[in-house]
This record gives sequence, structure tokens and C-alpha cells, in this order.
Amino acid sequence: MQRLGVIVNPIAGMGGRVGLKGTDGPAILARARELGAEPVSGARAARALAELRRLGPAVLAAPGSMGEQACAAAGLACEVVETGEATGAAATRAAARAMLGGGVDLLIFAGGDGTARDVLAEVGTQLPILGIPTGVKMHSAVFAQNPAAAGRVAAAFLEGRAATQEAEVMDLDEDALRQGRVSARLHGVARVPQERALMQAGKSGAAIPDEAALEALARRMVTEMQPGRLYLLGCGTTMRRIKRALGFAGTLMGVDVALDGRLLAADVTEAQILRLLDQAPATAILGVTGGQGFLLGRGNQQFSPAVLRRLGRENLVVVAGQQKLAALDPACLHVDTGEAALDAELAGYIAIRTAPDRSAMLRIAA
Amino acid sequence: MTAKLIHQARWNEPVVMEMGVAGRRGVVFPQPETDAAALIPAGMRRRTKPALPEMTEHDVLRHYLHLSQQVLGMMGVSLFGTCTMKYNPRLSEALGLRPQMAEIHPLQPAASIQGLLEIVHNFDLILRELSGMDQFVFQAAGGADAAYTHTCVTRGYFAAKGELEQRNEIITSIQAHPCNPATAATAGFKVVTLMLEENGYPSIDALKAALSPRTAALMINNPDDMGVYNPQIREWTALVKQAGGLAFYDHANFNGVMGRIRARELGFDACMFMLHKTFGGPKGGGGPAVGAYGCSAELAPFLPKPLVVKNSDGSYGLDDDRPQSVGKVREFLGNLHIVMRAYAWARAMGADGIKEAADLAVLANNYMEKKLLAIPGVARSNPEAKTWRMEMTRYGLGPLKEETGLGVVEVGNRMTDYGIDAPWLSHEPWVVPEPFTPEAGELWSKEDIDLWCEVLAKVCDEARQDPELVRTAPHNAPIGRVDSEAPEDPARWATTWRAYQRKHAATRARAAE
Repeated sequence: MQRLGVIVNPIAGMGGRVGLKGTDGPAILARARELGAEPVSGARAARALAELRRLGPAVLAAPGSMGEQACAAAGLACEVVETGEATGAAATRAAARAMLGGGVDLLIFAGGDGTARDVLAEVGTQLPILGIPTGVKMHSAVFAQNPAAAGRVAAAFLEGRAATQEAEVMDLDEDALRQGRVSARLHGVARVPQERALMQAGKSGAAIPDEAALEALARRMVTEMQPGRLYLLGCGTTMRRIKRALGFAGTLMGVDVALDGRLLAADVTEAQILRLLDQAPATAILGVTGGQGFLLGRGNQQFSPAVLRRLGRENLVVVAGQQKLAALDPACLHVDTGEAALDAELAGYIAIRTAPDRSAMLRIAA
Repeated sequence: MTAKLIHQARWNEPVVMEMGVAGRRGVVFPQPETDAAALIPAGMRRRTKPALPEMTEHDVLRHYLHLSQQVLGMMGVSLFGTCTMKYNPRLSEALGLRPQMAEIHPLQPAASIQGLLEIVHNFDLILRELSGMDQFVFQAAGGADAAYTHTCVTRGYFAAKGELEQRNEIITSIQAHPCNPATAATAGFKVVTLMLEENGYPSIDALKAALSPRTAALMINNPDDMGVYNPQIREWTALVKQAGGLAFYDHANFNGVMGRIRARELGFDACMFMLHKTFGGPKGGGGPAVGAYGCSAELAPFLPKPLVVKNSDGSYGLDDDRPQSVGKVREFLGNLHIVMRAYAWARAMGADGIKEAADLAVLANNYMEKKLLAIPGVARSNPEAKTWRMEMTRYGLGPLKEETGLGVVEVGNRMTDYGIDAPWLSHEPWVVPEPFTPEAGELWSKEDIDLWCEVLAKVCDEARQDPELVRTAPHNAPIGRVDSEAPEDPARWATTWRAYQRKHAATRARAAE
């Protein structure tokens, strides 16, 4: 029988309704309670878990409000793991550790980006994870669209109807957010079940999957690179394909610089980029964040206004899979460089490379 | 009519390869007077007999009749979008089957098929009238083949101008039929895709940003599968022309605008009609089809050859002396029996009838839309778009899926229990969640459309009341659900009996025990 791990972050989402932009840390939680915030996470988790009842999986849950109660509310029998005295993030991590050891096939957790980071920190890519969206910030691609959808994807995976794919775990810096600045970081990559789209066969063949198209494009782009030119390769999994095609592992969550087919500098800062730009002409290659459609200002602040002005818009190359672009609603991209004037200069249509010899025109919103 | 459950036949017969009995024969031939085997050169003789089932003619007929009873066969109310389901008049079928049509040899001299060539030429004239183009060719065996013809003509045209190296990009939209980017890539062009914006078509600014001295052509449907007619299309073709490119109108969705617009007047250099759907020819099953490709006089020298022409003496001939022609996109003259049927349809309809059919189709689609949008759980693509939908329109069951967890696949399966073919979903990429794309053309009566919508409403209701019933549908079909993974798994897929025996030996052995 398939085994499912369940972790609920019971306080996730509490900061949201009272306008606190997150619930990270005890002080913020106390403030949220003062403002009258009610826990919502457990009920949403139960909604997801109810979708799994008909399968009757073996469930390993975190104790009490961290999973056990949601399982009971959903009518799922469960075995409870030990998390000792830990509370908050430490308890999430202890539970995730216990589930990794307990041999679960899928770890489903309810929370937001902060919870996703805690789970990821323990299980990495050793175990597929899936987020029930109950938090305030959910920029990570590990979350299903809604609790019921999370339950259904989990069911599909446990029934062998879903494969896993890599998904980025992102988080915003809450302190910066409360001060009105948006600053996102990529924290890593998790393995997430993806329900296979049930395509209608026969009348039209399947489109090229994004993964294959981007893999081929990465190899093509390497052959197109000009000698003596710097290539600033952005963050994320799409950029990592290009880094790997160049022959180095690359920094998943940072900007790497390649010159003449080799890694020149890894995980560079804004200052390092500016120094390099003094030495040679450069092209920046950027990915697009899924769902939100951000090109700049989410996890790649190394591309600062100063760097972008030096590069010029014509030296920005954007790469993203066509299916990812088609899923953007509305079909446009966003930039948030921190300077409104520069954002306005970058606005307008840009050709996004989607596969070798294929591109899509998308508007960067003003 | 009201929605009623049906029950399909279930014959439980093995596949025909397992039905043979040694010694049975369909036809017993007389013994030849000479040694027939000796007529075949020794090196070409089979060493072993083919492993075919030995059966009587009656057994074979009965078996295939039973198989036909186990499918819905698109013989109910089938608002199967993007296909423009039309009645194929028996009269046209009879004409297509006449020996003068069915038994001619492709290498027969033109002098012996004058009547047929006259029909081809006259139909060319009808399509010129409907499109404003200067010449049609019927070689392409389908819409995608016609799109490919366009990419070949584009290549030939720019090669002759010495601009092919420079003009290596073709622009299309994300909801143009996928054959447009596919054939552009096949012909060696780079593909630039425009995305749809809020009003249901790409913006003119996106087109302007995509146009450049590298532009060879624009390939576009209008309306596309969203059903929205792009009212700026004249400006589009003018911009493409200014940039030095060619504009190609994929008229797969001609049904709502037949006789109402002409591609040439909208600024297009070439267009394509699908005779097997819009013009009443039979379609489906991957059978013979025709993509009629027409273009301006400027592009005509590059058309595939031969062209059917009317000589000065009034006779008809095949013009093969076309040095700039792209050659062939299909053998001989194409599927002329479909041209014959389309010609019969067009003559029977007449110019006014064709216009009326287009108007009826638009009316039917909009009547259907009213009924669909009244069903809780149904959403429409580009809800902000205010214009009337012209053709099939993309809808989605996203709201129903949110609510019940059941989407288009389950709902479509359950609809078959009411005798309604599962609806066409969407070309890729899917931009609307849980998409389905119904099309009510001029064929369907008000009662037919009412029935179709009633069945959908009923199944959506069932999804709420008794989700398990819908999730496990169909219940009244001979086969529940086909394993959708097997055709994508090299270890399991089998397109021949031999492959099936090899890959499924273990399963078969277990079943035999």
C-alpha cells in the first residue's frame, strides 16, 4: 500500500486576512492573534485530504493540529510521528525528517512558502512533496491551485497516474515586504507530482513538452554563443539547463557568468557583474517565474537597475517553455527592478525563445 | 427529444485474428489449369503462408457489423468542434462513386477525362469567387498539407526573389491550428508565435513587434478556435505586406463567414479551404481529404503542378510546364472524388445558399452559447470579449472541476451514456482549463442543439449529486475506459497483431489460464 505523509502548519495564512503579508516568526503570529486572526490551515488541509478517503492510503501524520486533527476531520486513519518538544518551523522540520525515515511515498503539507522551505530543507529531492495552499505567500511552484486540487493530484500520484517534475521553491523576505519592498529568493528545487493532462489523442499529436523543447534549446543556445562575449545566466531550472549544456553544474539559485564556453564566475553579486561588464560585451539570459510571469525582481535582484542599464534591453534574452507562457493569465510578463522609470523602459513586447527556432511574443507590462 | 440513457451493443467477440478455424474459406476458387505458383519467380515466393485467420465471408461480415455497433460512430448529435460536422448528401456520395469517377486511372490521358477536368476547373472558379484568389490547386490531401503547400510556395517565392536567406521567419498565433507552426518548421522557417490577449486575438502591437525584414509570412486563422473574429485583420495583412511578407489565411474555420468575406479583399495573398468539412465532403477516420489551396497570380507560378487549365479551344488540359513550380505535395491531382462531392455540394447550395448556411451556423453557435452559459460549471474563453462568436468556441469546465473534481474527460465519458459523442476538447496548448470546443453548424436543428446542451447540463448535475457515477463512466458502452497510458508506452503499444503478440504474451498467457 502507498504511504502518505501529512504535515499541517496550523498557523499558516493567519497573517494574511489581517494584512500582515505572512506569519513568519512568533512576534508576527502574536500580532496576528491580537488582530483577531483565526486559524484556517487545518480546515483547508482536511478539504484536501477528504479527496483521498476513497483510496484509504496508509497515513503518517504530524501530531495534533499539525496533521493528526486534519486527518481525523477528513476521515483518514493515521499513525502519528514523534516530533518531541519542537514547535513552529522546528516541528515541521522534525516531522518531515520522521516521514523521510518512515518511508512515505508522498509528503503532502499545508502551509505557505515558509512551510515549503522547511519541508524542502529536510527532504530535498529525496521525496516528492505537494503543497496544499493555506499560507499567505505562495510563490513556490510546489502548491496545487486549491486544496481540493491538491487532494486530487495526491490521489492521482498514489494511484500511479501522475509523474513528478521539478518545481521551484521561492520565498519573499517578509521584513522587506512589510517595508514595501518585494524581494524574492529561490530556495531550491523539489520533486512535485504533476497530474498528466489527459490529452485527446488521435486528432492532433501532442505538442513538444516544455522539458524536451528547453533541453534542445539549451544545447542550441550554447552553439550560438559568441567568443569574447559574457553570458550572464540567471536563476532557476530553465537557466540550469543552459549551464549544464555548457558543461558546469551551475548555481541553481544564483547568477553564473560564462565566457568562451566556460564558467567564468559562479553565483555573482551585482558588484561583480558591474566589474565584469567593464571588460567585455555581455548578454543576460533570463527565465520566467511560472504562474506570476516575473522576468526581473523575483529571485534575481543581482540584475540591478545599474546592471540592466549597462546591458540594455536589446541584450536581454528570455527563455521559457511555451506551455508555461500559455498558462500565464493574462498573457504578459512583469518586471520589478526597483526603479519605476526603468520598468517603464523595459515595458513592451519581447520575443521569448521557447524551443530551437521557436519564439513567442509577450508583452512586458508597464 | 429529451436526454435519455442509451445502451450500446456488447458482443464480447475476440479480435478477428483469433476467430479463424482451419480450412474455412470466404470464397472457394476453382483450381487453376496451370501451376499458378510457377508464375511467381522463385525468389519472390513466400516460404511460409501468411498467418491470416481462416474464415467464411459471413463470419467476417458479421464480425465487422458487430464492431460497428459497438461505437457511437458520430451518428448521434455530434457538435464536434473544429471539424464542422456536416451532412454528406447521398447524391454527392453517388456521384463520387460513379465509375467515371471511381474507376479512372491516375495516368489516364487528359483527353479521356475531359468531364472530370471540367468539374475540377469549374470548382476552381467557384473557390476563386469565394476567395478572390486567382488560381486553386487540389493536390493537398488535407488542411495541414495545404498549409505545407503554402510554406513551400513561400519558400519558392522568396528563393526566386533572392530573399530566402534573409526571410526565414513565419509568424502565427498560439490558437492558429497547430499545422501552421508545424508546417512552417518543416519547410525550414523559424516560428514566431503571438499570444492571445483579453479580447480573444493577438494585439496589433504584438504583430508589429514580431514583423521584421526576416518575416516571410503570416499564417493565421480568423476566427480561430476561440470563435472570435479579429476585426483588425485588414490592418494586419497591410502591415505584413509593408514588411515584405506574405499573408496566408488558414480558412479551416470558413463556415461562419462563407460568402460574407473574401480573403483577397482582406489583403491575403493565399488561403486554404477544407473541402472535406466546410464543403460537405465526408471526413473523419483519417480518410481522404482535400485542402484546396488558392493564391494570387503573383504566387501562382510556384504552385504544385500540374494545374488543370482550360485551353483556348475549350478543351481541358494538364499544365505540367511550370518551371518555377514547387513540384508536388501529393501524387497526381489529389483526391478528386472529394473535389467532385464538394462541387456537387456547392452547385446544390448555390451562392445564396452558401451565404445562408454561414448565417445559420453563426445563429446556431450563438443559440448554443446562450444555453451553455446557463449551465452552472461552464465557463467561456476570453469572457471579456464582447463580440459575437462566429464559429466553434472554446468553453471550459474549470468551475465544475473546482467544485466537484470532475472535468471534461469524465463528463465527456458520461455524455456517451446518453448517446452523445464525447466532445472535442482543444488543440494544444490548452489555454482554458478543462477545455471543450463544441460547434453547432447549419446542419443541426434547434432540437439537436437543445438535446446536446441538456445532456451536458444533466451530466454536470450528476457530477454534483453522484460524482462516483460520473467518475467511473461510461456505464452503457461495451468498453469502460481505454487505458490512455498504453499508447504512449513503447513496452505496451502495438500497432500490428505481431507486435501485440510479442509485447502482450504474458498477459495473454495469464488470460488463457
